[in-house]
Amino acid sequence: MADNGKRKTKLLDQLESGPWPSFVTEIKKASESSPVCDDLLGQLELSYEEKQGHWKHGGIVGVLGYGGGVIGRYSDVGDRFPNVAHFHTIRVNQPSGWFYSSEAIRTLCDIWERHGSGLTNMHGSTGDIIFLGTKTSELEPIFKELTEAGFDLGGSGSCMRTPSCCLGPARCEWACYDTMKLCYDVTMAYQDEMHRPPFPYKFKLKAAGCPNDCVASIARADLSIIGTWKDDIRQDDAAVAEYAAQGLDIRKDVCDRCPTRCMDWDGQKLTIANRECVRCMHCINVMPKALRPGVEKGATILIGSKAPIVQGALLSSVLVPFVPAEELLETLQELIKRLWEFWDENGKNRERIGELIQRVGMAGFLDAIGLDPVPEMISAPRDNPYIFFQAETEEK
Amino acid sequence: MATQPTAKRITDIGPPNYEKFLHPVITKNYGQWKYHETLAPGVLCHVAESGDKIYTVRAGSPRLLSIQSLRLFADLADKYCGGHLRFTSRNNVEFMFDDVAKIEPLKRELQAAGFPVGGTNNSISNIVHTQGWVHCHSSATDASGLVKSVMDELCEYFTEQKLPAKLRIAVACCLNMCGAVHCSDIAILGIHRKPPKVNHAVLPKVCEVPTLIASCPTGAIRPATVEGKQSVEVIKEQCMYCGNCYTVCPAMPMNDPENDGISIWVGGKVSNARSVPKFTKLAIPFLPNNPPRWPEVVGAVVNIVNVYAQNAKKFERVGEWIERIGWPRFFELTGIPFTRYHIDDFKHAGLTYARSTHIRF
Repeated sequence: MADNGKRKTKLLDQLESGPWPSFVTEIKKASESSPVCDDLLGQLELSYEEKQGHWKHGGIVGVLGYGGGVIGRYSDVGDRFPNVAHFHTIRVNQPSGWFYSSEAIRTLCDIWERHGSGLTNMHGSTGDIIFLGTKTSELEPIFKELTEAGFDLGGSGSCMRTPSCCLGPARCEWACYDTMKLCYDVTMAYQDEMHRPPFPYKFKLKAAGCPNDCVASIARADLSIIGTWKDDIRQDDAAVAEYAAQGLDIRKDVCDRCPTRCMDWDGQKLTIANRECVRCMHCINVMPKALRPGVEKGATILIGSKAPIVQGALLSSVLVPFVPAEELLETLQELIKRLWEFWDENGKNRERIGELIQRVGMAGFLDAIGLDPVPEMISAPRDNPYIFFQAETEEK
Repeated sequence: MATQPTAKRITDIGPPNYEKFLHPVITKNYGQWKYHETLAPGVLCHVAESGDKIYTVRAGSPRLLSIQSLRLFADLADKYCGGHLRFTSRNNVEFMFDDVAKIEPLKRELQAAGFPVGGTNNSISNIVHTQGWVHCHSSATDASGLVKSVMDELCEYFTEQKLPAKLRIAVACCLNMCGAVHCSDIAILGIHRKPPKVNHAVLPKVCEVPTLIASCPTGAIRPATVEGKQSVEVIKEQCMYCGNCYTVCPAMPMNDPENDGISIWVGGKVSNARSVPKFTKLAIPFLPNNPPRWPEVVGAVVNIVNVYAQNAKKFERVGEWIERIGWPRFFELTGIPFTRYHIDDFKHAGLTYARSTHIRF
């Protein structure tokens, strides 16, 4: 023990210097109001000494009536660090776009000060507010206070995970649909599937307002909703000229960087062949004052991305090339219904929907959910001749 | 155990509606933004069709935040933003307000409290990461300590916008990749390198053997009877240490202080800008776990960032730069040894073989 009664953390203390804010300092700050943080530091110091973790595998804990939202966590050295013997994580569903009032932040802090370690993640990888570390006996009191304050738990396990979105129309001129509202509406529509895991494995949904995809939906969501537009890029020629006058090399930095070379700059006028534009956003990103997405807005729906476990990492692929913004929620709900039915009938335990599609083939999947194949779904037609023709074709 | 439910138990209410958390200028101009400008690193100005402006100041956080720091953010939001704040998808905190005069004082307060302002445009924004030894059972390394060590060396790239393009770094402490590092410019990934050690004494009590066998992507686990008890054995040659068996069965621990460590991956992206989204590719198969500062990992990442910064053209993300110069040149410029481990030998391996004579000499 150090003089102040705190544990000595020789290795971790070295992570308090330097310009980047320190998580060790944060844990020490939290220990002012919660002594469990001192045991957390002690156990973490041990991990730093031994080069291995000391948390035990899961364990089923939760609040009554919910099958998720709490991740059970136990120490394997609880005898030495009794205050973190139980150290469960709580996932709290974040507001759309991670917007808060200072009052809401203080309410969350007060609840967490009364019932837990005072340590949070703002936010977890899926988007939830993470409360790091509490005991089983505190779970029901936390849940009661959270719900009374208007907050609810997020998802964990084989459920609809907490949807998340970019801030979209709240502060971005590129939002092609209302990501904030869609995220909220989808979250409210699937409360049962979020809180009572019904699926073979997890199901994530992320809503990005434009192809820049600030929420990484194409890499991290089983269902990726990415804003796009159908008509021409809106172009302000005077503003283009202004960029040129200010020194932007429009030929080199805009036209030559266009993936389809659909733009031309003659030194006076920028011409865009919009039929060849793939909505990549580069030119708009470079000249936000001069170029904007069109006005016929909506989203592309893509399916199947995931990290490596179990069968390998996937990026989402196109399922519906374009849905008008005003039809998006209804289209999504119908689609989700069909693909959950298919997954429920055909998915193996711990098989994500993207892996299921890989296993059974996209064509069979499309048949099952009642979507017609369209060429926007592929980067190229198949390059092998091993075609499984369907029975009725053979009989002719 | 859990307490009895109270009469007025509230459930399934979902998150609070975001509308009540928005700054009045945002509510007024919702969906009516016209363009934006970056006034300085970490400082944005969005202009609405109405002519209204909202200023944003962005600061980096360690993601792991105490309620003490959150209350500080709440106090700053009250002082400068009428009580409004938000967080970004990369764990930064953002303060929004409509008075340009507040930018500098707010920046000064954040910097004085230890939160650097930056992370916009052609910078290295905050590192997305996982729990590591702080809170995870399957981690092969710590995450927060790696992030702190790397960002201490790269902080100038957060507070300035001097790179050819944005550069996104992610850390995941095992192959589960809660940090989804598979599409970042630079990914730092904790890995195991030895098969799980089967704990035959407890396995029959805590695991379902068929589920366990089915969990293995390579079919490396088969049933075995050990000392008269039903258990499993691992075919070592078929194991690539993903840890999926451990996730379904705690009697298959993976932790191994000597052999666990870090791999470095490069060239991924999620944005559709210019080139299509891409996976990261292996740069360095293994570096040792060397807490508290991981000098080998920090050195490797800083080297890649510096070589990229010196060689990439304007707007080229790391993956786009490598596609232009080719992988041989990447390994040459960075001095990273190319090994047998860089050549894929898993499913669909041939997709990454060079199937042409397009070779840069």
